[in-house]
Amino acid sequence: MLHRNRRLIAVPLAVLTGTLALSSCGAKAGETTAGASGAQSCVDTSGDSVKVGFINSLSGTMAISETTVSESLKMAVDEINAAGGVMGKKLDVVAEDGASEPATFAEKAEKLVRQDCVAAVFGGWTSSSRKAMLPVFETNNSLLFYPVQYEGLESSPNIYYTGATTNQQIIPALDWLKEQGKSKIFLVGSDYVFPRTANKIINAYAKANGMTVVGEEYTPLGSTDFTTIANKVASSGADAVFNTLNGDSNVAFFRQYRSLGLSPETMPVVSVSIAEEEVSGVGVENLVGQYTAWDYYQTLDTPANTKFVADFKAAYGADRVTSDPMEAAYTSVYLWKAMVEKAGSFETDAVNEAADGVSFDAPEGTVVVDGDNNHITKTPRIGQVDSTGLINTVWSAPEPVEPDPYLKSYPWAAGIAG
Amino acid sequence: MTGGLGVPSRRNALAGTGALALVLLVVAPLMLSDFRLALLGKFICFAIVAVGIGIAWGRGGMLTLGQGVFFGIGGYAMAMHLKLADAELNGGSGVPDFMLLYGDGTVPGWWEPFRSPLFTLLAVVALPALLATALGLAIFKRRIKGAYFAILSQAMVAAFVVLLVGQQQTTGGTNGLNGFRSFFGYSLSDPANRLTLYYLAAGILVAAVALSAALQRSRFGELLVATRDAEERVRFLGYDPALVKTVAFALAAALAGVAGALFVPIVGIISPADIGVVPSIVFIVGVAVGGRAGLFGPVLGAIGVAWAETSLSEAFPSFWSYFQGALLIAVIALLPGGAASLVDRLRERATSPRRGASSPPAAGAAGTPAPAAAASTPADRPAEEVHP
Repeated sequence: MLHRNRRLIAVPLAVLTGTLALSSCGAKAGETTAGASGAQSCVDTSGDSVKVGFINSLSGTMAISETTVSESLKMAVDEINAAGGVMGKKLDVVAEDGASEPATFAEKAEKLVRQDCVAAVFGGWTSSSRKAMLPVFETNNSLLFYPVQYEGLESSPNIYYTGATTNQQIIPALDWLKEQGKSKIFLVGSDYVFPRTANKIINAYAKANGMTVVGEEYTPLGSTDFTTIANKVASSGADAVFNTLNGDSNVAFFRQYRSLGLSPETMPVVSVSIAEEEVSGVGVENLVGQYTAWDYYQTLDTPANTKFVADFKAAYGADRVTSDPMEAAYTSVYLWKAMVEKAGSFETDAVNEAADGVSFDAPEGTVVVDGDNNHITKTPRIGQVDSTGLINTVWSAPEPVEPDPYLKSYPWAAGIAG
Repeated sequence: MTGGLGVPSRRNALAGTGALALVLLVVAPLMLSDFRLALLGKFICFAIVAVGIGIAWGRGGMLTLGQGVFFGIGGYAMAMHLKLADAELNGGSGVPDFMLLYGDGTVPGWWEPFRSPLFTLLAVVALPALLATALGLAIFKRRIKGAYFAILSQAMVAAFVVLLVGQQQTTGGTNGLNGFRSFFGYSLSDPANRLTLYYLAAGILVAAVALSAALQRSRFGELLVATRDAEERVRFLGYDPALVKTVAFALAAALAGVAGALFVPIVGIISPADIGVVPSIVFIVGVAVGGRAGLFGPVLGAIGVAWAETSLSEAFPSFWSYFQGALLIAVIALLPGGAASLVDRLRERATSPRRGASSPPAAGAAGTPAPAAAASTPADRPAEEVHP
């Protein structure tokens, strides 16, 4: 028996030794300079069409939100194609399912870039999906357009962030609360990176602005038990609640909140993850009169938005709504088009070179790309949910706010970006 | 007796292992593009976990629904080392980037040992094995088995995920650990190094299969199958079934740990989503589809299911999950012994058509053999689901 075992193990051991010997061929870390990536771009722009990639979760827990983004991306591409394409080339979409899993996002992003050789990729929603894809785009020196508001503290030369960073959503919401005379804030959030970072910023803001955070509670993503937390909120004496809960948890939270007799008049809730799309899911009756912080609402009265909403309803149904991430996704395709046309090239370095100052008359108003951090200017708006489930602007920043992902222009935020 | 337990002959085992090595180490690198080869590397990681599940579940009867924990420990141990090593590159501060953003900018004490490559490599194998040993002794000595063991291991995964998510500043929370630049000093963006990683994973898989084959033919392997089929009888014969099961469980855990450690540099990320309840079940699904008791069933099942999932989701991004579900139902309903049992079935039908037709239906893939049924099986006849 010993003899048999030895023979069975000897072969693979030899294989292992052989493969280890091979390892001497590769480059040592630190020897290669940044950007000297092994993979050469394989984007083919010689034909009369060029490929672009979509990566959204079409299955899994995030599918409900991300499908809407995929639809508005598709609408933008169809419009662009109908108008003659980008630099005369039609866009060919390769769509992939990120399946709500970071590792799948990384896998599919790599497939889009290396196998399909797309000129740019649009999509991603959760921070974890973006963080997972970032190395793929940096290693292959390719481009990702990320359309969702996020926690900031990031800027990559290979990612364009067309959603709000914290100083275009969280901080304006705090300014507004302060303006309303609210000084005692209760923080409720799902336990992941966005709420934790947002609340870190809120705590620093409160300290510098004479506000007090009277409570800070987290629940696991998907949790629906809010009995204890709602009671804590009710007895905390808070003036307002800052809500960074995600998904289903909102239903349970707002139900519990209402059952304790709380209302927008006595203790308003400002939510940063509830847009038009989510209102019907949470239940209009639970949200009427509550506040949200975004940069776009379906009800905005701009010519670009009137067209955007009408076209979307025509394409996907009259009962459908449009939301901030959908608008940011739609905008991202047009911004990429403008960058490419300004650069006169689909090549990443040329596009990056051209990006600064590129603008687009988006449904939310004119947005401008900041080439230093690859974010865009956006106009923060506080909205209030009405009885039809739409959100109306009750406060708006006087002018678009420059993106500041690392909060460098806010002295009180000095400790946050490390 | 060995022949009757679904154990391939020595020649078949060697030939099969050789064929696997040939396909993974020679054919695949020649045929596949860089991207596809890296994908296969990822599937190989799952296959290494599957080899362990084949031992613990297929032959030991322990439905290990918690392999994500061991996969995660191996993965996070490796990821922590890579993050620390990256932070020291080019005269860095030695503090991983995400800790600067979300933590207080200092490296916690329990991270420090992972600066050492040697400690990390040991930890990848030893931590999962030790945890499994401790758990195994605690559980099996109390004669907890069947569904209770499965529920317990599943609960352990759920708890582990909550723990990781809550520790944003030290574990990266839901983001997990990612953005690795080097692997033991070698740049991860160099295709030559990525190829080496693939060979390393493939080599380890072949070695794991060889180990599993050796184990299957050993006295311990026979004892393990005996414990699965008639635990009380094994006890009456003077052996301690708890020890036998613990060893198999620890071995499966160590293999999962190694797989997790390989997954990290190959895929470039480890996050709670990769090791949670769902991935833990998917590990089992692959093994069930391939055939859990055989030598190659778990490997082929794991790679096959992962490959099918990727191809289907590429071809039908919006409704691939239905196909995947249908595939699973079809295999479990029509081939309860897994795809690998198809070969045995055909062979059996060819040699003795009557027996093949009258063979009783095998237990469902999610069930462990009921002690009463197993005890009633004569010792010289294989339990039905080993060899339907």
